[in-house]
Amino acid sequence: MIRFENVGHRYGMGPEILRDVSFQLPERSFQFLSGPSGAGKTTLLRLLFMSLKPTRGLITIFGKDRSKITRTELPLLRRNIGVVFQDFRLLDHLTTYENVALPLRVRGREEASYRADVIELLKWVGLGERMHVLPPILSGGEKQRAAIARALIEQPRILLADEPTGNVDPQLARRLLRLLIELNRLGTAVVIATHDLGLMDQVDARRMVLSAGRLEIYD
Amino acid sequence: MTDASSILKNLGRNLSAHIGPGMRGSIAKKPMPIVPSDNVAGRTMVLVIAIMTFLSCLTLGAVTLVRDTAATWQTQIAREATIQIKPEEGLDMPDALARARDIAIGYNGVTGASIVDAAATARLLEPWLGTGLDIESLPVPRLVIVTLDPASRPDFAAMRNEIQEAVPNATLDDHRTWVDRLVAMARTTVTIGMAVLALMLSATALTVIFATRGAMAGNGHIIEVLHFVGAEASFIASQFRRHFLLAGMKGAAAGGLGAIIVFIGFYWWSSRNMATPEADQATALFGNFAIGPSGYLGVAVVVVLIAALTATTSHVTVLSYLKTVDATHPDGM
Repeated sequence: MIRFENVGHRYGMGPEILRDVSFQLPERSFQFLSGPSGAGKTTLLRLLFMSLKPTRGLITIFGKDRSKITRTELPLLRRNIGVVFQDFRLLDHLTTYENVALPLRVRGREEASYRADVIELLKWVGLGERMHVLPPILSGGEKQRAAIARALIEQPRILLADEPTGNVDPQLARRLLRLLIELNRLGTAVVIATHDLGLMDQVDARRMVLSAGRLEIYD
Repeated sequence: MTDASSILKNLGRNLSAHIGPGMRGSIAKKPMPIVPSDNVAGRTMVLVIAIMTFLSCLTLGAVTLVRDTAATWQTQIAREATIQIKPEEGLDMPDALARARDIAIGYNGVTGASIVDAAATARLLEPWLGTGLDIESLPVPRLVIVTLDPASRPDFAAMRNEIQEAVPNATLDDHRTWVDRLVAMARTTVTIGMAVLALMLSATALTVIFATRGAMAGNGHIIEVLHFVGAEASFIASQFRRHFLLAGMKGAAAGGLGAIIVFIGFYWWSSRNMATPEADQATALFGNFAIGPSGYLGVAVVVVLIAALTATTSHVTVLSYLKTVDATHPDGM
């Protein structure tokens, strides 16, 4: 589904953040991406999400060469990727329901056609009672679940989560992890970027460890 | 407190308690705009568009007024020609006047010809020579007024030749010089007016570009989120365009209405002061200050044009902004 071959990236004239990174993300796979701060996790996620272009190497995403993807193709390809940010990035003037429904609204769908799906997903992530609440009122865990629900609403082929349990207590972290495992069982590939060794120990999954810009993979 | 007001107050309190702070209940059927209007086009923007529209409409109204007045002058002048016969010793003036008149009247496109008689000529000269003038004692040129059909103009060259052959002292003035000058003046005025209008519209477009860029910068977090949920550039642009179209429509309508009020006010003033010397002077120059249906239609066109210009400019600006951002500063995680 996604393949990196000898990918390197540097910002401007700075040092190379990623060096000769090569790996493959198969369909329905589950993996953790870890490494110390500054190792290049976020840069790797940005490359996966196509918000950056590599300075060298080859990236193939959904069978397309990243360097040949045009600006008009980009949004359509991004619709296959769900992203959960560490800082949630919910829109404060929209309710939880409207935030989760945003990807569908962007695709031009009528509200009546997706209302039931959004409500069902919100109940699934435990936000059924909080769907008309604005994000500033939600707790950190609720925001995180809303962000995950937004990433999942269109059933993406791959979900990228940047520290999804970084702002929640261990109990909620386990609950969110179960949610992501369940999602993976339903057919979505999952990449979780995390520092949390405890979280990684709970699942027997592939670990991609970045260190000083180089990637080690432990299957 | 009345029963009705206490019921409403209690209802409001109950609703607040039910919904709670920070909640928008399922009562809100219409989805919230993705880009909040408060973040985009504020009152200042509407005010600027209103002022620009007002000035544009005034310019258009002034152009219409001058063009219509010049057209009226042109038509009035073009409806007449003058035959002038200079006196000469031995010339039988009444006979010469009659011959010239008869020749003129025989041409197609001439609806009538009349000799300005001695009394009327004396009245024409009265401001310079005073009253009690014996016109026969002075070598005063005499005139024949030829009335023309504006739809089919006579062959002036042939008429001029024939009159000069019959009466060598006669000259035919078809007022062409005046008409040409008026046409040139009207065209210059219209060109200047249109140039001013174009400048106003350009200034409006530039204002919208600045406002759109400001709105884009202020809503960077929303654009970022829209990007990563897979929104196409045209969708993002449409979210901004609807606000700018609304602001443009509000501002343009207010400006257009203001201009119409000014036009009606001028018309009312000139109608009320019709007999005064000031109004007579203004009427002589500009007609009766009525811009007519074409002027009001022009105001409507300017209003629609400015609203459309606002929406289009913001749309194009957003697309170009997104293109630049994509190329130089991709959205980050």
